[in-house]
Amino acid sequence: MSWFESWHMPRWFYQMGSPKWFFEIGGRLQPWFMVAAIAMITWGLLWGLLYAPADYQQGNSFRIMYVHVPAAILSQSIFVMMAVTGLIGLVWKMKVAFMVARSCTLIGASFTALALITGAVWGKPTWGTYWVWDARLTSTLIMLFLYTGVIALNQAIADRSIAGRATAILSIVGTINIPVIKYSVEWWNTLHQSSSFSLTAKPTMPAEMYIPLLLMVVGCYSLIVWLVLQRTRNEILDQERQASWVARYLEER
Amino acid sequence: MVMHPKRKKKLIIILALLTGVGLIVGLVLYALSQNINLFFSPSDIAAGKAPLEQRIRAGGMVREGSVVRAQDSLQVEFVMTDYAQDVKVAFDGILPDLFREGQGIVAQGKLQANGVFVADEVLAKHDENYMPPEVTEAIDQAHKASQQAGESAQ
Repeated sequence: MSWFESWHMPRWFYQMGSPKWFFEIGGRLQPWFMVAAIAMITWGLLWGLLYAPADYQQGNSFRIMYVHVPAAILSQSIFVMMAVTGLIGLVWKMKVAFMVARSCTLIGASFTALALITGAVWGKPTWGTYWVWDARLTSTLIMLFLYTGVIALNQAIADRSIAGRATAILSIVGTINIPVIKYSVEWWNTLHQSSSFSLTAKPTMPAEMYIPLLLMVVGCYSLIVWLVLQRTRNEILDQERQASWVARYLEER
Repeated sequence: MVMHPKRKKKLIIILALLTGVGLIVGLVLYALSQNINLFFSPSDIAAGKAPLEQRIRAGGMVREGSVVRAQDSLQVEFVMTDYAQDVKVAFDGILPDLFREGQGIVAQGKLQANGVFVADEVLAKHDENYMPPEVTEAIDQAHKASQQAGESAQ
């Protein structure tokens, strides 16, 4: 496997593994993501909830989509991010990677809960029921349980490096659920419709309905980058409080 | 910086673990696929795959022009189709707002020996397409106009 022998990671990859470096770069990037998130979510919400036209069949209840779809997409993306950073932590022994993974847990669980709740509220007027045990809904509920398990495991172990490794393995194995959620509506008969948002396929709705949704999705991605950076930087300050640069940073403030 | 052999080994072990577990889950889901399906399609029912006199779900489209409502009760009958096979459905209750001809539904109930599906719950299944009402009106009008044009040409 010669490609594997010669394969190496770029320099920035190792630099981000340094808590001090991550703290500084993250601090510089954070305001941009914050501004982008606030601007796009405000714009997308106002447009989607107030100005986008009502649906020809569902009327105004379809507007729940502007919260439900981003929440559902993000809940899965955060899970993948948690698993990938966990994998990096395991293989390269980077504690910053474990800190990022730890920061993802609660945010991801909240987005999953939001997706399930908005879905139930939407399901009552459109389907006629809050909940049905179809493959899409059930696999998403399993993801919420996986998040809860990851959070509980991470909290239960006091040693940060052991906790990081244990939760990394749980989240890596848990990613098998992600393709199941994604393709559930294609593999099996479900009550849930197929996806209405895809970067590769043609939109399933006109532009005045689609652009606010796009704004919400991109805005929510910015929001989680901002939140994960913030939480990871707090985590760095807490875990590296013995380091001299942290003391200097806190004094300067 | 070339990857450290120890790290490489670890990465391979984790990826192998993931592939193994993925394979197991895939096979389990494949084996269970009949149970994971939320509903039987009219073709499944016609092929005799659905059990009789047991609570099951059936799903399909409501055939246009097939809905018959009783005058003095909530009793309603319609034909559910997947455009290959049909199943007659009888239901006594309140239909969801989105129930209409040409729309997808999922009904829960029992399949009778005479082939009629007696439902006790009907859920509306909607698709992933969204449209403002003006657009649907425009499409309908265009459709009618083209039909009229076709008729006058004949």
